[in-house]
Amino acid sequence: MTEKLNNLLMYLISKSAVAMDSSVHGALACEVRSTLFAQTAKILKGAGFRLVAEWAADETFFDRAFAVYAAYNEGQDYIIIKSPLPFADSSFPTLARHFPAAYRLERQIESLMGLNPGGHPDLRPWIKHEHWPEGAYPLRKSFDGAKAMERSQGSYRWIKAEGEGVFEIAVGPVHAGIIEPGHFRFQAVGEDIINLEERLGYVHKGIEKRFEALSWEEAVRLSGRVSGDSTVAHAVAFCMAAEEASGSLPPPRAFYLRALMIERERIANHLGDIGAICNDTGFGFLNCQFAILRERALRTNLNVFGHRLMMDRVCLGGVAADVSKEGLEAILDETSRLTDEFNRLVRIYEDNPSIEDRVYGTGILSSAAAKELGVVGFTARASGQRLDARIQNPFSPYDRFAPAVRVLTSGDVHARVWVRIEEIRDSIRLICDIIKEMPGGMVRSAWSKPLPGLSGFSAVEGWRGEIIYWVQSAPDRNISRCMVRDPSSMNWPALEQAIKGNIVPDFPLCNKSFNQTYSGHDL
Amino acid sequence: MIKMLYQIFRTGIVTEPLDPAEEARVTLTGTRLEEEVMRRFRRSITVRLVDAGSCNGCELEISAITNPIYDSERFGIQFAPSPRSADLLLVTGPVSRNMETALRRTYDAMPGPKMVVAVGDCGFDGGIYGCSYASLGGVGNVLPVNAYIHGCPPSPSQVLKGILKAIGRQ
Repeated sequence: MTEKLNNLLMYLISKSAVAMDSSVHGALACEVRSTLFAQTAKILKGAGFRLVAEWAADETFFDRAFAVYAAYNEGQDYIIIKSPLPFADSSFPTLARHFPAAYRLERQIESLMGLNPGGHPDLRPWIKHEHWPEGAYPLRKSFDGAKAMERSQGSYRWIKAEGEGVFEIAVGPVHAGIIEPGHFRFQAVGEDIINLEERLGYVHKGIEKRFEALSWEEAVRLSGRVSGDSTVAHAVAFCMAAEEASGSLPPPRAFYLRALMIERERIANHLGDIGAICNDTGFGFLNCQFAILRERALRTNLNVFGHRLMMDRVCLGGVAADVSKEGLEAILDETSRLTDEFNRLVRIYEDNPSIEDRVYGTGILSSAAAKELGVVGFTARASGQRLDARIQNPFSPYDRFAPAVRVLTSGDVHARVWVRIEEIRDSIRLICDIIKEMPGGMVRSAWSKPLPGLSGFSAVEGWRGEIIYWVQSAPDRNISRCMVRDPSSMNWPALEQAIKGNIVPDFPLCNKSFNQTYSGHDL
Repeated sequence: MIKMLYQIFRTGIVTEPLDPAEEARVTLTGTRLEEEVMRRFRRSITVRLVDAGSCNGCELEISAITNPIYDSERFGIQFAPSPRSADLLLVTGPVSRNMETALRRTYDAMPGPKMVVAVGDCGFDGGIYGCSYASLGGVGNVLPVNAYIHGCPPSPSQVLKGILKAIGRQ
């Protein structure tokens, strides 16, 4: 615990608002009265903290009513503020006044848990679509998640723009490409976008509720399918939260192998996306070239780890299988060939005026907006925010091999591409270091279920950014609640801000440069 | 431009024949189209994809079939942005309740004769997500499916082979 956090806690305690909560592992946790939930947020904001996640849990298993949680981060400190709510009153003061990031998180809490964030400016349902029955709150314990819901009628109140020449373009949920579904509604004048409103939730398949019905081992598989492109990072984040709760520690080699897979996942996704962004500027050549590199990386994954996307390779207490010496050599071999080819392609990207014309100055997310919205990951780093969960929560081996955090300030499509180009280079360096220093020994240690009521918190930097998990053990030592916060939950609102003033034909390019998950957001 | 040309010549042709060792696991349902229709589909087929609730894993592998290594167009398989011009609907994921209407509408917008192929273990029976308040399970619970391509996710060559099998070309 840093001195700053210590002082802050002393201050909160002097306000007699705080009691430490030792049931939460993986981050410092305090309990405050629900009336002081927002006031604590204000104090933390004043101390430079950002809101990382906000969620609610139904704690009737523990003879309590609901509780709301908010996690904050500053530097290497993560702190969780918890407020139990009494049975009689399911409302809590909104944090949206202090942290705009809470705006959608609280709409989600209201829609799925049925708690009322008092003072929230806009409580239209989120995730919960108009055909859901009134009063269906799936995350409550009293709700039977296995039963189909009846269909009802309703409508969604869209934001409207009026005036001469203003028209609307509605896109989705089914999009033209091979991508996930979501709805975008533009208000435009001529080609200029004056407002974009996103509507998501189409791929909501009840993941958080599903966790509660699965065994811990099956839950790891599910976490690997929250967002299929970040399967490793999500599975690591879930396992770390579960391991924190149960107090078990995987062997050193397992940590190295996990990091190796996280970095390989980062490279593969960055390669594919840089190509796809070029494709959206009409430059198919680089799309094909980057796709070839991505395919080679996936084939190495198949040979070394046994799965192209490395699904189900991470397990509780370590990793599912060891990697042979030959496997590690195959990775180094592929990595060195990748580096040459990659650098050649980057030079072509840099030299091409027709790409330049499309990516420079397009879809600017200002540093101020990025900070205000609590954006994370490469999107944040392209908009001047020095954020990286590998630095903030440096679990092994990132404590030894720190990533070089690249920060650009222009916040445009090019900045997001360039941060990712630099990250590929840095991940290659990390992979070489990790393999060089890889300790021997076991790859999996015994894991036992956490004791009832304990919970674990974790933060892992996937390729999109900081992934947060919080998992709580039930009285029968199975999962009582698993909160998933994908980086996209923080970053989706940023796209709405970045697109203003751009032209409609640039939307696919901007959207691709953020490349956010729908599945990981909708859960 | 010189750099691009150089890179094109360096790369050469990377397209590979489909790996015979990698067998696609496909379940063909009883619903088959008439032979005359199948004969036409065998030559060239236009595909529309709908993600009805997938984790995006299947999308990654399906979009890979259009890359230079798998080059689906050499088999006459091309993706269409609109269902109006599609012969075959590829569906991924369990069907989420929130996507049910959009999926049905996409299917209804396709001209007949048409086929439906579900991709991935979730499309078969809901996979790890199962059937719940938010998931309707496999694609077969919502649309008449002609073939299921198994795998989590199926590899690009399995997807390609699966489609070819569904249209009777393998």
